[in-house]
Amino acid sequence: MKAPSISSWFGRGEIAAPPDIESAALRSDRFRIEREGDWRRLEDIVKRMESGGLRRIADEDLIALPTLYRTAASSLAVARETSLDAATLAYLEGLVQRAWFQVYGPRQGFSRWLRDFLLGGWSRAVREIWLDICIALFVMVAGAIVGWLLVAQDEAWYYRLVPGGLADTRVPGASREDLLATLATEESAAGLSSFAAQLFSNNSGVCILAFALGFAFGIPSLMLMVHNMAMLGALLWLFAGQGLLTEVSAWLSVHGTTELFGILLSGAAGLHIGRAMAFPGTRPVLAAASEAGRRGAVVMVGVVIMMIVAAILEAFPRQLVEGTGNRFVIGGAMLIFWLSYFFFYRPRRALENEG
Amino acid sequence: MSAAAKPLVADKRARMLVTPEGIVLPIMLASRGSRAGALILDVIIIFTSAIAFLLALIWIAGGMLEGTALDPSGAPQGAKEFLQILLVLVLFCGWYGYFLVQELGPRGATLGKRITGIRIAARGGGRLTAEAVIARNLLRDIEIFYPLIALLVVLVQSQNGEDVGLLGWAMTGWFALFLLFPFFNRDALRAGDIIAGTWVVERPRAKLPEVLSTQGAAAVRGASEVTGARYSFGEAELAVYGEKELQTLERMLRDAEPAALATVHATICRKLGWEPGAGDERAFLEAFYAQLRAKLEGDMRFGKRKADKFS
Repeated sequence: MKAPSISSWFGRGEIAAPPDIESAALRSDRFRIEREGDWRRLEDIVKRMESGGLRRIADEDLIALPTLYRTAASSLAVARETSLDAATLAYLEGLVQRAWFQVYGPRQGFSRWLRDFLLGGWSRAVREIWLDICIALFVMVAGAIVGWLLVAQDEAWYYRLVPGGLADTRVPGASREDLLATLATEESAAGLSSFAAQLFSNNSGVCILAFALGFAFGIPSLMLMVHNMAMLGALLWLFAGQGLLTEVSAWLSVHGTTELFGILLSGAAGLHIGRAMAFPGTRPVLAAASEAGRRGAVVMVGVVIMMIVAAILEAFPRQLVEGTGNRFVIGGAMLIFWLSYFFFYRPRRALENEG
Repeated sequence: MSAAAKPLVADKRARMLVTPEGIVLPIMLASRGSRAGALILDVIIIFTSAIAFLLALIWIAGGMLEGTALDPSGAPQGAKEFLQILLVLVLFCGWYGYFLVQELGPRGATLGKRITGIRIAARGGGRLTAEAVIARNLLRDIEIFYPLIALLVVLVQSQNGEDVGLLGWAMTGWFALFLLFPFFNRDALRAGDIIAGTWVVERPRAKLPEVLSTQGAAAVRGASEVTGARYSFGEAELAVYGEKELQTLERMLRDAEPAALATVHATICRKLGWEPGAGDERAFLEAFYAQLRAKLEGDMRFGKRKADKFS
């Protein structure tokens, strides 16, 4: 038994020379001594990849990696049939597994993934869940109509649907002037940027919740969307009662086209997972769920980006830009931008991403 | 593959993974305890750094107030707002980025997972993709943190005398459902793992040990350093033990104390019908190990395997 040398504690020590091959009594140990150098080199490369990514590895090592990995894998296969040295077998199994994680690991880092995501991956994922988007859209429109009808029948519903903090002067019976005042602009931009950051954090939290709840077969996602949209329907009813429907729509559309689109997408992504789990088709449930989950995750990263845009729109242009026409222009432009980005922007899939 | 090639103890957490080269690799699923430990460590790390960041911001804000005779309204508006935005954005990015960036890296593990020696991997031997890592981390929120925070809010509300009805129980049920989820499937998957198609496995860390058959009495012309004797065993004596005993002996030779070796030596001698001596146990065991392994490996090449002493 050799005591571990100090150098082995600090990073890469010297690779110990294997013992003399002639002194080994066993054929399986001679097999091992012949290949040990390759194994240790592979271990060293893998260790450096694990600790520092690809940049710190020489080109020749990187080129050698697949070959060394296959050598180690075939050594393992041979050793299993010829050697009874349990410790060597355990080492080889561990080594091949570690190398496998590197050779077949995530092929791209975060920044590379983000680039592919923006240039096509996002819109492709959105198009893939078109059916769920249609269902979610239907549910959202239905939710808004339900909210409107409920409040129209009984004003008490308004207080249940709209939380008090959000609607301060916006209550049934408010005068036209009061309502108009809530649609007015702020005089300066001071305070609006922190308002935007708060909005973003809050809204994207709601969206992630809508997505994650899809896990329960999508039903909670739908309920969350109905609730949110009923609130919107109630608000619309309130302003319509004073003949302000166009004004409030313009006010909402500035950020609403982006924000509601984001909520729509996150609900659809949640629904997509729920639908895949409820109706997996010929695939196993776990396979169907993970496939849908990965597609939904791509959509969700996009939703977070949409929430950033929506929060900026909500805090600045909505509070600063006056005039129904101007507000409609901003909201409409955003809607057209999103629609064309998702449904008309179809770059050719890069070859390396296939499969 | 015969019974001898399977792990000695049939472990409930052991799984087989087939690489694209067709090599079957044994992997060990991470225990639920180490996963919980990793999560607790990660949360502690995030919270500590968030609090440190907050304290730094407060310190900076304090510096802003100094020139204004400690009147908050006199502080520069723009700078104060900038700090607020910075706080919200850093907390958001820190919370999601911490898990994402680290699990996408070559180690496939957060700091907490690295400390507990586990990592994530794609279920069934596929490639781990960025989408999978994102999906499993988004789900973590509804599994643990939303119900916990909601539960706290409900508790505070009921403390203040508000009527919360069954909401508290609903939240507790939600929390318990996801917390206990890993206990109700074979692979200890949490909901996020199911959605993402991942699982959490132990990180292998075996070191290449010494070659045994070049040392001491096990080597080609090896003889006892103490007595100079060379042990040799006959066919019948080597037929007593099988692979299981051989590998136990290997472990003993690599790690065991001399006292334990003496016990093994005595046991083997009695089994062979020899009179156990004293003082030269290691050389005896090394020679026995080398010759037993040579015989078993020789048989193995002809397709004859002997799993243990009973077969």
